[in-house]
Amino acid sequence: MSLEIRPTTTAPGPEPSTQRPPSSATPLPPPPTNRRPRWILIGLGATLLVAALAFMTVGAKGSWDFVLPFRGTKLLAMALVGVAVAVSTVMFQTVTDNRILTPSIMGFDALYLLLQTTLVFSIGSARMTAIPAPAKFLLESAVMVTFGVLLYRWLLSGRRRSVHVLVLAGIVLGVFFRSLSSFMTRLIDPNEFQVLQDAMFASFNSFDRSLVWLAALLLGGAVATAWALRRRLDVLLLGRERATMLGVDHQRTVGLVLVVVAVLVSVSTALVGPITFFGLLVANLAYRIAGSHRHAVVMPVAALLGVLALVAGQTVLEQVFEFDTALAVIIEFLGGIVFLALLMRGDKR
Amino acid sequence: MIDVLDAVKTYGEVRVVDGVRLALPSGGLTSIIGPNGAGKSTLLSLVARLVGLDGGRVLVDGLDVTTTKSDVLARRIAALRQENHLASRLTVRDLVTFGRYPHSKGRTTPEDLEHVARAIEFLDLGSLADRFLDEMSGGQRQRAFVAMVLCQDTDVLLLDEPLNNLDPRHAVAMMERLRAAADQLGKTVVVVVHDINVAAYYSDHIVAMSDGAVMFEGPPHAVICPEVLSDVYGLPVSVHTIEGRPHATYFR
Repeated sequence: MSLEIRPTTTAPGPEPSTQRPPSSATPLPPPPTNRRPRWILIGLGATLLVAALAFMTVGAKGSWDFVLPFRGTKLLAMALVGVAVAVSTVMFQTVTDNRILTPSIMGFDALYLLLQTTLVFSIGSARMTAIPAPAKFLLESAVMVTFGVLLYRWLLSGRRRSVHVLVLAGIVLGVFFRSLSSFMTRLIDPNEFQVLQDAMFASFNSFDRSLVWLAALLLGGAVATAWALRRRLDVLLLGRERATMLGVDHQRTVGLVLVVVAVLVSVSTALVGPITFFGLLVANLAYRIAGSHRHAVVMPVAALLGVLALVAGQTVLEQVFEFDTALAVIIEFLGGIVFLALLMRGDKR
Repeated sequence: MIDVLDAVKTYGEVRVVDGVRLALPSGGLTSIIGPNGAGKSTLLSLVARLVGLDGGRVLVDGLDVTTTKSDVLARRIAALRQENHLASRLTVRDLVTFGRYPHSKGRTTPEDLEHVARAIEFLDLGSLADRFLDEMSGGQRQRAFVAMVLCQDTDVLLLDEPLNNLDPRHAVAMMERLRAAADQLGKTVVVVVHDINVAAYYSDHIVAMSDGAVMFEGPPHAVICPEVLSDVYGLPVSVHTIEGRPHATYFR
């Protein structure tokens, strides 16, 4: 150890430097002002602006009166989903004290599929499409929020707080929901199955445009709550006991965070469909480049990364691949690789 | 200052803390000693409200720790726990700054930064202030956590085995600092320690626990004697006087 203990501290007796700041003896250098987060945010913001401009204008054929609102709605949907997935993942990882689980891995996507399958199975695709879109959207969101809050509360309360139990529960629930869905898909009409298959991958091409503003309202509220909680989230990084010592009501705060997470994940999934690994990808990238542990930095960085990935990916998809593949496929592929890499490295940060 | 009134904590069938009654005065350094599983850490956690009581009450400064709002207590009690695992990557300065949260609620003021600098200096962490905790030795990390607890600037400091991971030199320095916190800053310091002689040398008051109950308490010379220690630890202990202070030996 390279530390030198000053003689005054090793000898019993009064220690003058304890009473006041050591102004004359060894002045501590002022804390370095960390400018990195600001530059990262500015850089990401600028890149996103370029990507958004490219998305709006490149390859536009026909009247701007059509192209701009058409692409604008799509852009808004991507912004909503990108922010919701990124912010919810960061918050979820903070309260569960891990960096490899995301809310969607915890059985959420499977539940969404089960919900769709059950609807098609029980009332048929014709009647399902007859339900007014906002009503169906709100119903799906409500069911998933309820499920999410109950599941997370159950998993995170009491003494069963280990990450291993969370992973196991997520996998078991996911398999359970998937088995139920696949059982039902075997029984339904093949034509009905076609309708269902559209719901299985996230898509920014086939979502219901009338729902974007409703989703924006719900997600806006959730994101505003997340922002208001940012300083308390920082303290939660220290774990339950230290947070309690610092005067944060741990149980209440975690409860509130989980409701916000459930709203964010449910609404964005109900809007465009499930994106399993996307959150993991942007959250872990954000931790790496943000240069700060503070949620006031990490959440915006993750959100910008999320939107950027979606917008850039969608632009490439539309202009380069000419819709030959699905955006979700690209994201899931990259996200899956990152997830495996994190597991292999045993990275718990 | 700290009043423990018939505190009970049970885990399943086991009464880990079994009707402890204790009144610790304001100021001074109190050591809690006893064998493994005596309930020392649990008692400390009960006082720190980290663990809920199953019976009895704990008052700090006349405030009931179960009913008083957590952020009010956070300005009066600070506690160091045994394990110092962290999921996220923080520098020493980040960690110590968290100690100001009860006062600043996350909006760090220049005054807070002064407190942080003082705590870092107090624990001799000046040269390590901007190092990441996961790149430091166990002992250095331990000192960083103590700095955070000191930075909270509370009247009561509860430390569960603050000497964990510390070599003799740093262990001595740590106890000197806690002594200074009690003597010069007027803090009420309560530590759980395993080394009987550390307790004997540095404490004003020693509480000896066994099987969830307080067996003996009193000034060092009253508790550090062969009869008491042999009884508490279930091990023959002899006590010698070296330079006027009691010194326990228990190697056979």
